[in-house]
Amino acid sequence: MSQKKSDRRQFLRSSAALAGLAAGAAAVRSLGAQTLDSEKGQTTDTPAAQAAALEGTPGIAPGQHFNAIYGVRSRYETAGRIGGIGAYSTGPDGKVIRPFIGGLTPVQNLMGIITPAALHYHNTHGYPPPDIDPQQHRLLIHGMVDRPMIFTMEDIYRLPSVTRTHFLECNANGFTTPSRMAPEATAQITHGLMGCSVWTGVLASHMLEMVGVQKGASWIVAEGAEGAHHSKSIPLEKIMDDAVIVYAQNGEAVRPEQGYPLRLLVPGYEAINSIKFLRRIKVVDGPYLQQRETNAYQTVVREGKYADGKARWFQFELGPNSVITRPSGGQRITTQGFYEITGLAWSGAGAIRRVDVSTDSGRTWKPAELQGPVLPKAHTRFTFSWKWSGEGTVLLSRSTDERGQIQPTLAEVGKIWDVTVDYLKKATVGHTNAIQPWKVAAEGRIYNAIV
Amino acid sequence: MRSSNSYVVVAALAVCSAAAAQTTPYQNVGRPATAEEIQAWDISISPAGRELPPGKGSAKEGAPLYAAKCAMCHGQTTDEAGPLGPALVAKKGGNQRGTIAAWPFATTVWDFINRAMPRFNEGTLKPDQVYALTAFLLYRSGIIKEDEVLDAKSVIELQMPYRNAYVPSDLAEIGNMEKRACRLGHCPGPDPAAAK
Repeated sequence: MSQKKSDRRQFLRSSAALAGLAAGAAAVRSLGAQTLDSEKGQTTDTPAAQAAALEGTPGIAPGQHFNAIYGVRSRYETAGRIGGIGAYSTGPDGKVIRPFIGGLTPVQNLMGIITPAALHYHNTHGYPPPDIDPQQHRLLIHGMVDRPMIFTMEDIYRLPSVTRTHFLECNANGFTTPSRMAPEATAQITHGLMGCSVWTGVLASHMLEMVGVQKGASWIVAEGAEGAHHSKSIPLEKIMDDAVIVYAQNGEAVRPEQGYPLRLLVPGYEAINSIKFLRRIKVVDGPYLQQRETNAYQTVVREGKYADGKARWFQFELGPNSVITRPSGGQRITTQGFYEITGLAWSGAGAIRRVDVSTDSGRTWKPAELQGPVLPKAHTRFTFSWKWSGEGTVLLSRSTDERGQIQPTLAEVGKIWDVTVDYLKKATVGHTNAIQPWKVAAEGRIYNAIV
Repeated sequence: MRSSNSYVVVAALAVCSAAAAQTTPYQNVGRPATAEEIQAWDISISPAGRELPPGKGSAKEGAPLYAAKCAMCHGQTTDEAGPLGPALVAKKGGNQRGTIAAWPFATTVWDFINRAMPRFNEGTLKPDQVYALTAFLLYRSGIIKEDEVLDAKSVIELQMPYRNAYVPSDLAEIGNMEKRACRLGHCPGPDPAAAK
């Protein structure tokens, strides 16, 4: 019980620390404002003193709108994560039935292909991110290896590094939940369980070569350092192909909610495999059937030819997908004339080869520009020039990946599983990578038109 | 018994490691893990149950443990969701999918209770307590009898009712996405009827 309280306090403390950071900065600023003349030129050799000195700079009002030490965005920018996924947030009586700590990326506000770490979705499955001192953190690699080894963070920083751009996506992104099917759904609701970052770390294959994988090994079990030690079995072939043990995201240390100080990044696979707070890799000869690979992350359908009572599990790879982010649900276009349609495309199979856009409710399709860089298993930005006539229509995007897989419609997702769209409105299957239609009403409001 | 065997194997590996580590080009990066360290950290239990520690417990012993350590989140009855946790057992005649009864191996139940429960106090249960709680939940799920004692051997041998209710059910086939005919990010698998 005391442990429970202390963990909660820990979490509260880390939230308070965020607030404290802002309050502390304000204190430095007000001090600087009051004592600027006497202090100027004396102690500008520390970051705090430099910040204080900057307060006197003409045109920068004290107090509000920037932080010289750890930058913050303009106070006019308000995009943020929103919490909760369907049944995980509140019950019918409005009470929180599960302690859910997570948030959806504001996809409609993203520019280019990188998701700022502060806006990147996270789902901690109810476990607050642990407060890990990187000096105390260790990675153990053992099991079917010649040389079981323990690495400190300093050890890992010394090894040859790679920097790779990859998306992370929850298997539930796009799931046909009531909130996702609602006409007022924004892109954050329909596709917010994803983000894309530039990750830096050491190739997992490299570290496994250091310990010497033994003959007969075919899987790994990776485990995190958080309270519940979330654990997943992943085929060794995939790990040796392109998994990265990462310590940095978008040029700085991985954020706590993304797995600080160390994360296993498994590109293109359901993000549940990208183990945060990575503390242990066990090399083994088969899947270990961990809780999140037996109790969840599987599909059972109850109509059609797959209604055999059996669960399809370990689906791993995410399919070709795309979404127009501007204009998108909840936004409004105001006048007739030119608009750039823009959005994101991605696939767990590799690079995006093309994206087609329809501005006439799917009657005709034209290729969009791929803005570049076009990287494998990464968000790819597409753009499409459009003149709005002022009439109602539906905007759609459809991606094709390097394997030639073409993004399906919701009806086609149903066909893969031999179920109807009506069924999909009551239940979910695999990964719902359906083509996203946005309806442009005559007055310019944009609505979710998935049916 | 099994776990002491694997302990010997691991110890042998650790001895090799000190010499073999010299062959890596990254001198003095990382250090060999000792058998003791590995044993202390390794909480992964395979379906073959190689890593299960000695110990035993029955549902009778598990019931008071459940009431003291689990019920405040999962609820007193086990078949209704509690204030913080889901129902662990289906109602009589109800759908067992999503409950422990549908887990294909009892080793997963042992592994998960041991690694992740009780919440915010993880890692505090002793092996006998984990065996007893596993037995209690399997008893409540109608899979074993109330006085049946679970130990490493019986947990491994226990046939779970949903063992073959997964596609593919052969663990050796799971990793082969091509053979499973996955496409567009979906793996409904070959039609079992057509496969006959």
